[in-house]
Amino acid sequence: MTKTATAATEPSDDRPLIRLRRITKVYGTGDAEVRALRGIDMDIRGGEFVAIMGPSGSGKSTAMNILGFLDKPTDGTYLFGGAEVDHLGRDQLALLRRNFLGFVFQGYNLLARTSALDNVELPLIYQGMAAAKRRQLAREALAKVGLKGREDHDPSQLSGGQQQRVAIARAIVTNPDVILADEPTGNLDTARSREIMDLLTNLNRKDGITILMVTHEPDMADYADRLIHFVDGRIETDTSSTREPADAL
Amino acid sequence: MLYEAVRLALQAILRNAFRSFLTVLGIVIGVAAVIAMVTVGQGSTEQVQADVSTLGTNLLMIRPGQPSQGPGSGAGGTAASLTLKDVEAVEEQIPSVAVATPSNSRSMTTIFGNVNTTTTVTGTDNRFLIARDWALASGRSFYESELRTGSSACILGNTVREKLFGNGDPLGASIRLKQISCRVIGTLAVKGASSFGTDQDDIVLIPIRAFMRRISGNQDISMIYASIREGVSTDKGKADIESLMRERRRIGPFEDDDFNVFDMKQISSMLTGITSVLTGLLSAVAAVSLLVGGIGIMNIMLVSVTERTREIGIRLAVGATERQVLLQFLVEATVLSLIGGLIGIVLGLSLGLLGARMLSVPFSPSASLVLAAFVFSALVGIVFGYFPARRAARMDPIEALRHQ
Ligand SMILES: Nc1ncnc2c1ncn2[C@@H]1O[C@H](COP(=O)(O)OP(=O)(O)O)[C@@H](O)[C@H]1O
Ligand SMILES: [Mg+2]
Repeated sequence: MTKTATAATEPSDDRPLIRLRRITKVYGTGDAEVRALRGIDMDIRGGEFVAIMGPSGSGKSTAMNILGFLDKPTDGTYLFGGAEVDHLGRDQLALLRRNFLGFVFQGYNLLARTSALDNVELPLIYQGMAAAKRRQLAREALAKVGLKGREDHDPSQLSGGQQQRVAIARAIVTNPDVILADEPTGNLDTARSREIMDLLTNLNRKDGITILMVTHEPDMADYADRLIHFVDGRIETDTSSTREPADAL
Repeated sequence: MLYEAVRLALQAILRNAFRSFLTVLGIVIGVAAVIAMVTVGQGSTEQVQADVSTLGTNLLMIRPGQPSQGPGSGAGGTAASLTLKDVEAVEEQIPSVAVATPSNSRSMTTIFGNVNTTTTVTGTDNRFLIARDWALASGRSFYESELRTGSSACILGNTVREKLFGNGDPLGASIRLKQISCRVIGTLAVKGASSFGTDQDDIVLIPIRAFMRRISGNQDISMIYASIREGVSTDKGKADIESLMRERRRIGPFEDDDFNVFDMKQISSMLTGITSVLTGLLSAVAAVSLLVGGIGIMNIMLVSVTERTREIGIRLAVGATERQVLLQFLVEATVLSLIGGLIGIVLGLSLGLLGARMLSVPFSPSASLVLAAFVFSALVGIVFGYFPARRAARMDPIEALRHQ
């Protein structure tokens, strides 16, 4: 694990942070068989901000789940920080999620009837961190997403934009290498969406966090340095903008 | 982590306080029933044992009659009576017997001045005081001459003394037993009530020969107390007495005894036996109710796990391991069950106190029982919480997150 961490935080050029090779995912069997991914090759370097677009059902979420160690591919190889993760068990994947990843979902996925602070602390609890340290880091993370003073609010007392900020605070509180965001602005209006995108861009530029984001909106995809287009379980196009990725700055 | 799990568990339980309460009701009832009953049973046992020890545990009682009859039953109809010779023989011919003393009793009206009371008049000798381990409070025991001639001297039990004399000095006074008058030569120390419902201090002792001549009018002895020497088991003493009595009464090897030797331990163990049968029955009831309580907990935990599928998904996504989720729900079930156990313990002790008061036996709560109730309710939580907790821990994170 620690070796992976070192490798993940100091990627070399020939060893990208994330490398997918011939990744396929098949749901169901026989007549009900759905080939969600039909052979994905993908290299993501540390510090990149990648937008993933594509029609509904093209396999974006499936790819994100595999990238986030929430699901396993049917076939293919996944190297994270140079280490193969295909053979890892459930708990080892949980440790990878806990230590290297942060998730932001379309539906926020906060714990109901639980304060913003407690929500943000959650991953730290599973890391086994002491309470005082946890509180402090969670407060800092909430301040960073502009929610200072809202620590004791329940999700039900927060607007959609604010809830998504809490979710982002929860994602960054562990100081992750990668944030995986599946349609993070899907439930928000344009103004709120732009605030969230500014926040993510900041995390990418200032903290060097690698961001993989699925979106339907070209305006949001414009924030990224690189655009990967999925069609029918395959990558159709993969284009980088002229601007260099964060770690190269 | 465990502390966090307990905190989370309490949160989750309090969030559904009423449902939680209904869930643990089975545990509450089971634990309360056992604690209350065992507490009262223990109190009764202690009472019986205290009574028995006032009689002396090394005391045997010999009565004529079929062995099937209890210690309270009268002399057997056809069986030959006991005699003073039997008393002598038991004491002198059996080495394991320290003293043997006759005891003939009758309920009679006792009069002093214008006060009268009904009491038990017992004809016996000085060995009675040794056998029953009973001290004199004042005065003296019988002189040999009084015993031999059966003159009218008497020793008063504390209850009789109080009723007839109040605070006055009874020594030297003359009281009347029916038509006989007798002189008070001593008083007995307080012995207290017995669990057989009798006041042991409500007694007047007179020489056995006086009892025979003036009260019963015959030479029969209705009961012999035999005190067994220290260091000799009562079983050995009992066997010795039985073989001597069989010989004296010429009972053939294939004939049944026509007398009875009772052992105080036997009586006390019979009484405690009844208590332990009751306790056993209750424990069975408690076990069933703990089982039902456990199933209730399992049921509600399964509901809870299903309701909280999304929460579990979130926890798994942020990196909870299978063990951590398992622990959370296991702790929740255990805390739930323990709360039931604690309520049950408090309720059971209160009921036990009430019951002890009502039966006027000592309130004797057992620390080990309380501890056992605590441990058992925790075990119920762990055992019945395991399956739901495992279901939570094994959830697929993506499906859990997709759950509405
Ligand atoms: N758990 C599942 N079981 C069966 N089919 C699934 C499952 N998840 C996704 N699919 C199918 O896989 C394909 C890709 O889905 P998804 O990755 O969610 O697409 P996108 O996120 O691009 O809209 C779709 O046809 C979808 O119906
Ligand atoms: Mg999707």
